[in-house]
Amino acid sequence: MTALAVFGRGSRRSNRSIEGSPGAEIRLEHVSKRYPGTNSDAVSDLSLTIAAGELCVLVGPSGCGKTTTLRMINRLIGLDSGEIEIDGRSTRATTVTELRRGIGYVIQEGGLFPHMTVAGNIGTVPRLLGWSRSEVKSRVSELLELVGLDLTLAERYPAELSGGQKQRVGLARALAADPPLLLMDEPFNALDPVVREHLQDELLRLHRELAKTIVFVTHDVDEAIKMGNRIAILRQGGVLAQYDTPDSILARPANEFVQTFVGENRALRRLALRRLEEIELAKPTGAAKRLPEIAASASLREAVSRMIETKSEALTVVGENGETLGLVRLGDAMRMLG
Amino acid sequence: MIVAAGAPAGPIVPNFGSGNRCVVENHTFCWSWVNAHWGDTLQPALSQHVELSAIAIGIGFVIAFTTGLLTYRRRWMSRPLEGFSALLYTIPSLALFQILVPFTGITTTTVEVALVAYTLVMLFPNIVAGLNSVPADALDVARAMGFTRRQTLLSVELPLALPTIVAGLRVAVVSTVSLATIAAFLLPKGLGYPIFLALKEPSPFRTEIYAAGALTVALALVADLLLVALRRFLVPWARRGAV
Repeated sequence: MTALAVFGRGSRRSNRSIEGSPGAEIRLEHVSKRYPGTNSDAVSDLSLTIAAGELCVLVGPSGCGKTTTLRMINRLIGLDSGEIEIDGRSTRATTVTELRRGIGYVIQEGGLFPHMTVAGNIGTVPRLLGWSRSEVKSRVSELLELVGLDLTLAERYPAELSGGQKQRVGLARALAADPPLLLMDEPFNALDPVVREHLQDELLRLHRELAKTIVFVTHDVDEAIKMGNRIAILRQGGVLAQYDTPDSILARPANEFVQTFVGENRALRRLALRRLEEIELAKPTGAAKRLPEIAASASLREAVSRMIETKSEALTVVGENGETLGLVRLGDAMRMLG
Repeated sequence: MIVAAGAPAGPIVPNFGSGNRCVVENHTFCWSWVNAHWGDTLQPALSQHVELSAIAIGIGFVIAFTTGLLTYRRRWMSRPLEGFSALLYTIPSLALFQILVPFTGITTTTVEVALVAYTLVMLFPNIVAGLNSVPADALDVARAMGFTRRQTLLSVELPLALPTIVAGLRVAVVSTVSLATIAAFLLPKGLGYPIFLALKEPSPFRTEIYAAGALTVALALVADLLLVALRRFLVPWARRGAV
C-alpha cells in the first residue's frame, strides 16, 4: 500500500485520485496491419479486450505480430483498418504526442538515454509535461524507491548500471507520469535468469499495488504463464489462437497450435500457478504432526514435488511464523486440475 | 654593428637591422630575434592566423552542420555530399586560389573560401555519422514517450552525436590552422607570411621560419586542448565508462 501513497503524491498534477490513476481498458477491434512490400498481414483482423488493471501478455513465435500489436496501441505503428480504444476513446482522437505521454513504454535493457543520468531518464516525461524542477525531483526519488533502487544511483549514467538496474530505471521512467497503461516489449529478455525472475516478481508486486493495465510482449511461454492474468497467444500473421487465463490455456488448449506452443507438462505447470495459501486446505488431523512441512507461500507444484521426495501423500502447510494452517494432499492436487 | 648609410668604403652589406651576434652569425635559432620582432612581426601574424582559421572553421561548421541536419536521414543525399566534400579536399590549395582569384580577387575572401572548402571534408561526414550513430532504441523510446521531432533532435540526437561532431571539429581545427599558412601565397597575412618571406630571402637565417612554424604548431595544440576540454564539459556521460 505504500506504493499507492507514493503514487498519490506523484500524480497531483494530473488531478487524479489520491491512489494514482487506475488502469485503463483497451479494446482492439478488427485491427489489421500489413507492412508495405509484404504480401501477407502482420496482424489480421485482431479483436481483443483487455480489462482495466489486467496484465495481459501477448505471446507467440517470431512473426506473429505481437510487437506490431503492442506498437499500434501507442501509434508507433499505424493501423490499416480497425480501431483501438483506450477507456472508450479512440487512440486517434488525440494528438500522437499527447497519447504517448499518457502511456508508459518499456523495452529491452530499459532503452535508457545514455547521455542522461538515472534521474534525468526517469524525469523525461514529467519534464515534457512541464512539471516544475522540484516536482520532478521529488517524483524521481519516489520512483527510485518504488522500483527498489538506491537513491544514490540518481546521478549515475546508464553505462554505470547493471542490466537489472537499467531495467528498473526503465520501469520507473515509464511510470513517471503515472500513466494508466504500460506497454512492455520483451522487457526482461536480455537479463540473466536469476535477475530476470527477480524482476518478474517485482513487476507482479508493482502490478498488484498499482493496478495499472499492462500489455506485456514476450516470446517465452513460461514467462507468459507466470506473468499474465490473461494471455493472448498469436500465431503467424497476427491471428489470435487463444485468449484466456493461463490456467484455462494449460487446461484446455484451443487448438493444436496452442498445444504445441505451450508445450509439455501442462498439468504440472498448472499446479505451479497455485499457491497453497490460495487453496482450501484440509483440517489438520492428529497425524499431522508427523507429516513433512511446507510453507504456505509454496505452489501446489512444489507441494507435489515434496510429496514425491518424502514419499508422503500429504503435507502440513505452515504459515510464516511456523503455525499449522492445514493439510495438503496429493488427491487435492489432482482434483484441482479437474 | 651598424653600417652607416651611404658609407662609401667596403662591400655593400644588406641591412638586416640591429642584431646581436646570434643574428649576425646566422645561428640556428635566436631568441633575441623573437624578442625583438614579437611586436612587429610574430604577434600580428599570430592574430591574423587565429582570425583566418576561426572564420574558416566557423563558416565551415555552419555550412556542414546545416547540410548535415538537412540530409542525415537521407543517405542518398548525404553520401554524394560527402563525396563532394572529399573531392574539394583533393584540389591543391594553390590551384584552388588560381580558380578563385578571377571571381574573388586577391582578397581574404579567396583564402577563406578555400579554407572553408577544406574544412567540409572533416566536418560534414562526422556530423552525419554522429547523428546516425544515435542508438535506434533511444530514438524509439523518445518517440514512444511523446517527444516531438524537434525535441528528439535537441535533447536526444544532438547530445548523443556530440562526441563524434567534436572529434571532427578537432581534426578540422588542427588541419585548418596548419593549412592557413598558405594564405601567405596570396596575402601578407598569417603565420605563413614570415615563413614565406624568409624562404624568399637567400640568407641562411632561419629563426623566422622556426618561430612562425612553432607558433602554428602551438596554436593548433592549444585549440585542440580547448576542444578536448569542451568535450569533457559537454559529454560527461562518455567520460564515466562502464563499471
